[in-house]
Amino acid sequence: MPKRKERIDRGINVRSGDVFALCSWREMLYLAGPRFIPVFICLLLPLLLGIYWQKVLLSVAVFALLAISWDILAQTGMISLGQALFFGMGAYITGILNHYWGMSPVVTIPIAAVCGGLICTVLLLPVLRLRGIYFSMVTLILPLMLVRLIEATRIFGGTEGLTGMTPIPSKWLELYVIIGAMLAALFGFRRMLSSDYGLVLKGIRDNDRSVLNAGINIYWYKTQALFIASGIGAFAGAFLTHVYMFVGMPVFALDYSILPIAAAVVGGPGSLAGATLGAFILVPLSELLRGTGGLRIVFYGVFLVIFIVALPEGLFHFFQRKYHQFERWVEVDQ
Amino acid sequence: MTTAPLLDVTGLHKNFGGVQAIRDLNFELAPGELLGIIGPNGSGKTTAVNLITGFVKPSSGKVLFKGRDITGQPAYRIVRIGIARTFQMVKPFYQLPAYKNMIIPLYSPRVKKLVGGKYGDRDAVALDLLEEVGFERDARVAYKVASALPQGYLKRLELAKAIALQPDLVILDELFSGLSLAEVASILPIIEKLRIEGKTIIMIEHRLKELFRIADRVIVLNYGQKIADGTAADVMDSAAVKNAYLGSE
Repeated sequence: MPKRKERIDRGINVRSGDVFALCSWREMLYLAGPRFIPVFICLLLPLLLGIYWQKVLLSVAVFALLAISWDILAQTGMISLGQALFFGMGAYITGILNHYWGMSPVVTIPIAAVCGGLICTVLLLPVLRLRGIYFSMVTLILPLMLVRLIEATRIFGGTEGLTGMTPIPSKWLELYVIIGAMLAALFGFRRMLSSDYGLVLKGIRDNDRSVLNAGINIYWYKTQALFIASGIGAFAGAFLTHVYMFVGMPVFALDYSILPIAAAVVGGPGSLAGATLGAFILVPLSELLRGTGGLRIVFYGVFLVIFIVALPEGLFHFFQRKYHQFERWVEVDQ
Repeated sequence: MTTAPLLDVTGLHKNFGGVQAIRDLNFELAPGELLGIIGPNGSGKTTAVNLITGFVKPSSGKVLFKGRDITGQPAYRIVRIGIARTFQMVKPFYQLPAYKNMIIPLYSPRVKKLVGGKYGDRDAVALDLLEEVGFERDARVAYKVASALPQGYLKRLELAKAIALQPDLVILDELFSGLSLAEVASILPIIEKLRIEGKTIIMIEHRLKELFRIADRVIVLNYGQKIADGTAADVMDSAAVKNAYLGSE
C-alpha cells in the first residue's frame, strides 16, 4: 500500500476551530500537550531543585511576569523601556505599607499591585498620545528620576532603603504563589489578547487611526492596557520586597527594565509565552555565567546577539512552527 | 417643505502654518443625498473630510450634524454619532485575515448600542458584510490575510468597515482611485444599494464619469475654496471649474 506524509495539525485545526469536535485522545493531547507539559514542569521544578536554584526559579518567575507585562504593552503599540518603574512602584508601596503601618503581605501585595498600577498609569497618562521612541524615552526616564528623588529628599529610608519587611511564611508558599501568578498571568492574558478585545489592542499597534475610525477611543484602551501591564509589574515588585525583606533604590535599577525586553525578544514577542520562555532561558544563564566574573556581561551580550541574529522570530515562534509541521505517514487510497 | 439638513458646514477654515488648506467652506447636505466633492490635487478635499470627521481640528467655522455641533470633537465620538468614512490610503490591519479586520468596527460602541449590546458571533456578521461588498464566499477570499489581498479587495474591505458601523452619513474618500474599470463597475452597485437604503453619502472622486452617474449634487474645490455647487451638468459648465481644471489662456 503506497503511503504519503500528512500534516497532523490540519485536521485538528478544522475540527477544533469553530465547532469543537475532537474525538480521540491523541488529538486532545496534541492540543493540550504544549499547555499542560510546561505547567506540569513549572509545578514540579520547586520540588526537584536545591535551595540556590529554587531562588533562581523565583527570580525567573518575577522576570517572566515583567516580560509578560512588557509584551502586553508592546502588543498595544507601546514600547516600554521602563518596567523598573512598575516594579519599583509596587516594591515601594508594599514596603511603605509594611514598614510604617505593619500591614501583612496578604494585604500589602494586592494593594501594591492595584495602587502601583494606578499610579504608574496616571504618571504615564500625559504621554499616551506619544508614539514609538517618544513614549519609550519617557518610560526610561521616569524610574531614573524617582531614584534621584528618593536619594535627594531622603524619603522612605533614602539611600539606605527600608528593611525588616515581614517575610512570606514559608519558602514553598513563596515559590508556588509566584509560579501560580506567572502561570495565571500567562494563560489569562494570552486568552484576553486572543479575544476580540485583544484584537482591538493589537489594532491600535498596527493602525491606530483605523481603530479610531471605528468609533473606539484608543486612549481609553491604551490606558487599560497600561493599567494591566503596570499592575503585573507592581505585583512582581511587591512580592519580591517581601521575599528579600528589603526595599531600596535598586528596585528602580535598569536590570528590571532591560532584562524583560531581552527575554521577550529571545523568546519571541507577541505571544506572552515567548516572553515567559525567554525569562526561563536568560535568568538561569545569567546565574551560570556568574563564575566568569567581570566577563559575565560580555558573554551574556554575545549570547543575546547570536540569538537575535540566528532566530529573529524568537524561540517560541520557532518551536510553535515546528510543532505545527509535525507529519505522519498515512496510506493512500487506491 | 424643506427638511432639516443632515450635515451643515458653515464658514470652515483651516490653516496649516501659512497655508490656507480650507477657506470659508459652506455647504448643506440633505438626508439621503449623494454629494460629490471634486477638485484638482491639493485643493483640500481630504482636508475637508478630515475636518468634518474630527481627524483634524478646524481653525474656525462650524460643523453641525443632525443639528448637533460636532466641531472639533474627537474622531471616535463623531463616528459614534453616525459618520463613517473610508481612507484614500487604505488602512487595513495587514497581518489579520480580511474578516478579522471587520471585528474592530463590529466591536465599536456604536454597533454595540445599535444591536443592544449583543452581536452574537462577530465572525459570522463579518463574513456576511464582506460578502455584501463582493468578497466571494465560495472563493474564501475573506479568510486571506489582508497583506495578500489586491488593492480592489482592500478598497472593498475599507467600504465594508464603514458599512459595519451602520452610519447615517458615509464619506468615501477616493474609493475608486487605483481600481480598474471592471472593479469600479462592480463597486458602483454597492453604493447605489446604500442609497436605496437611505444612507447619505459624500464621495470624493477623481473618476468624474462614474461619480456624475450617481451624484445628486457636486461641489468643486480649488485652493481650499468652493468654486461651484450644483448638479453635475451645471458644475461642468461653470467657467471657474474649467479654469481650475484646464487653466486659462
